[in-house]
Amino acid sequence: MLDKKIYDMPKGTDMAWCPGCGNFPILNIVKMALAELDIRPQDAVLCSGIGQAAKTPHYLRVNYFNGLHGRALPPAIAIKIASPHLTVIAESGDGDTYGEGGNHFMHTIRRNPDITNIVHDNMIYGLTKGQASPTSEKGMKTPVQTAGVILEPFNPLAVALALDASFVARAFASDILESKDIVKAAMQHKGYAIVDIFQPCVVFNKQNTYQWFKEKCYYVDAEYDKTDKVQAFEKAFDMERLALGILYQDTSKPTYEDLVRTSQGPLAKQEVSREALEKLINSHR
Amino acid sequence: MKRFSGDISLVLGGAAGMGVQTVEALLVQVLKREGYNVFASKEYMSRIRGGSNSTEIRITDAKRAAFVKRIDFLFAMDKDVIPHLRDRIALDTIVLGELEKLRDVSEGCHIIDVPFTRFANELGNPIYTSTVAVGVALGLLHAEEKGLTEYLRDHFARKGEAVVAKNIEAGALGYAFGKHLAYAEGIEVIVAKRSAVAEELLLDGTEALGLGTLSAGCNYISSYPMSPGTGLLTFLAKHGNEFGVVVDQAEDEIAAINQGLGAWYAGARAIVTTSGGGFDLMTEGVSLAGIIETPIVVHIGQRPGPSTGLPTRTEQADLNLVLYAGHGEFPRAIFAPSTPEEAFLVAQQAFYIADKYQIPTFILTDQYFLDSVRSIPEDSLRTITRENFIIETAADYKRYAVTADGVSPRGIPGYGEGLVGIDSDEHDEEAHITESALMRVAMHEKRLRKMVGIRADALMPTERGDVKHAETLLVSWGSNRGVMEEALEVLNTPELAGLHFHQVYPLPVKAKKLFVKKKVIVLENNAGGQFANLLLLEYGIKVSDTVLQYDGNPFAVEDVVARLRALL
Repeated sequence: MLDKKIYDMPKGTDMAWCPGCGNFPILNIVKMALAELDIRPQDAVLCSGIGQAAKTPHYLRVNYFNGLHGRALPPAIAIKIASPHLTVIAESGDGDTYGEGGNHFMHTIRRNPDITNIVHDNMIYGLTKGQASPTSEKGMKTPVQTAGVILEPFNPLAVALALDASFVARAFASDILESKDIVKAAMQHKGYAIVDIFQPCVVFNKQNTYQWFKEKCYYVDAEYDKTDKVQAFEKAFDMERLALGILYQDTSKPTYEDLVRTSQGPLAKQEVSREALEKLINSHR
Repeated sequence: MKRFSGDISLVLGGAAGMGVQTVEALLVQVLKREGYNVFASKEYMSRIRGGSNSTEIRITDAKRAAFVKRIDFLFAMDKDVIPHLRDRIALDTIVLGELEKLRDVSEGCHIIDVPFTRFANELGNPIYTSTVAVGVALGLLHAEEKGLTEYLRDHFARKGEAVVAKNIEAGALGYAFGKHLAYAEGIEVIVAKRSAVAEELLLDGTEALGLGTLSAGCNYISSYPMSPGTGLLTFLAKHGNEFGVVVDQAEDEIAAINQGLGAWYAGARAIVTTSGGGFDLMTEGVSLAGIIETPIVVHIGQRPGPSTGLPTRTEQADLNLVLYAGHGEFPRAIFAPSTPEEAFLVAQQAFYIADKYQIPTFILTDQYFLDSVRSIPEDSLRTITRENFIIETAADYKRYAVTADGVSPRGIPGYGEGLVGIDSDEHDEEAHITESALMRVAMHEKRLRKMVGIRADALMPTERGDVKHAETLLVSWGSNRGVMEEALEVLNTPELAGLHFHQVYPLPVKAKKLFVKKKVIVLENNAGGQFANLLLLEYGIKVSDTVLQYDGNPFAVEDVVARLRALL
């Protein structure tokens, strides 16, 4: 087991998160999971988009691709394909992953690359100062949704299950140890793993507070069968009591990189076969 | 006696699904193997069945690579072909088709009856009509029948002996008929055959680009289908396996370019292919490439816009789009090939420059170029030796180290002791977000400084004729080299010389002097004179005239000659 301090940024690093933000415990959870899995900073890549959660790579010492809003998943897929030996994590918020990046979210699940997708779900837009996110509850008033949110909230777990995601989990930022175990299992899962992690936003979301989550959430018990997809759907649709834990896992699905690669090792080391090219050119006579 | 000598234009026309493309492919192959210079270009409607499409095959003594309006022989597979091509059918055009079917539209046409239906009945299946047509054409041209038989045997071998035999029978039937026609109608066709041509490569633009992409060491393509850019995706899907090329059909163009950037970040060599509309969606990714200084190669097969425009036709109106795509300021390079040789070369150059300067590079083609087929000598394909620009990182590695030439050594994750970060925000040397004005200026200037090297590496234009002494320069870029060259030959005047650009941005400093004290005419397939404007921007040159066309068709040699005559 590695010391989780190796992922720490130098002391005095300026952090853009507000005091009390749910992002802090999530950062800690990810560091602990990486350390317990012995993943060196050099062997991990963190992909993120834009938003407060998407700033995580600036506070966690690993390789990173902090790209565009909503676009954390496409580079993550490509990095895993190009360098299958790397641990690839895509980490962003609910707006980034389910809103701007919704199409990539759907089609990444269909591909099943061996990446871990950690979604900080605070049900609000933080960086743009408090508008509704795809997961905001109906009726929530914001500077834009002045009469309250009128759309149905996006249900990431049900969508993931419907697209046959091979690992579907939900966690809560406050529960460090439980969440760490879930994130670890997600990283160990060979295939696409989504962890939707409830993250209270203390500045803009006065509705879904630490207390609110504590009252609504519970963990699935030891008897819970995580290969039972129908049961997983039931949990995903239950909005009164919010189930936490690994709700579904299928270990039999092949990964995208295994299906799409026709060569071995990192693509960076691949040489062009001049002989094969000459043959191909000559076939055009 | 009707004599055709040295330059034949043979056009095949029919509805989509009637096998026009099969006839073209077979005919072009057999003619090339016989030693004839061939150049084939096509126009087709955006539909799977029906409509009216045509392919022009030029069979010439000298190598030609341009479209002509003139039609010497027109194979009309249905009656819609005649109204579709009416303005190109002259009194001396020989129309070959079933008189029965063409009668209604035959006014003013010299039609020779070819009873395709009777042949198909004799052969037992209309599927063999295509092969009959190939036979008729070869018979008319007095080509060797042996070549056709051999080719049909090779081409249909995997379909079994029965199919081979039937096609050979169909070819022979058509051939005998064509030969008989030539005799009966007094048609004589004389075009030189050369044994060297028989040995040449036969390539369309897409294939040449695909081979160049493989030669560049491309091992990743993620793209969303869009005509006419899809061909490259298909080519790499078909041939990429043994080269270890990863082929991903993306959910949209946004995903495609972001995957491409992720692949390059991790050390792969990626290309994305699209057309103007798909490229619109990619522009935020282009801007991302600009700030994260990650290489990416984008192929844009142009077609007429705005928006869906004319999906299957040709234009050169996306130069400005590519030149300015993406918000903010950052360096880039744009290539625009006209020949298979140029496509093979610039595909490699686009990878080389993207890799060397860590920038987005663009290969700008169009439907006309991608779909045109011609034969070229194999030794005209030039291979660029690949350089390795990836370093093994040390523990204190900084991805965006400020350097004199603006290029920071590029490490990749998992290779070395360092960490590799990239960020779409303005960042410091270690890729962490900054809002320091000082750092912003240092980083921005570092990126922009790379333009000096990129410009120094720019490819020189190709000169045609006596550029030094001519009073007027005819300038072309992209797919118009062939028509520019042929127009110069037709006009044959020392006062006019040609200059063709296969890199259109940045322009090489050294080429500027070629324009001194010259009158300049720019030839391009758009309405705005986009390259003419770029010459002003890059060289401060005001062009005297432009020859523009934006009807969705490529320039015809006759039109260009006439318009130049009016200007000279």
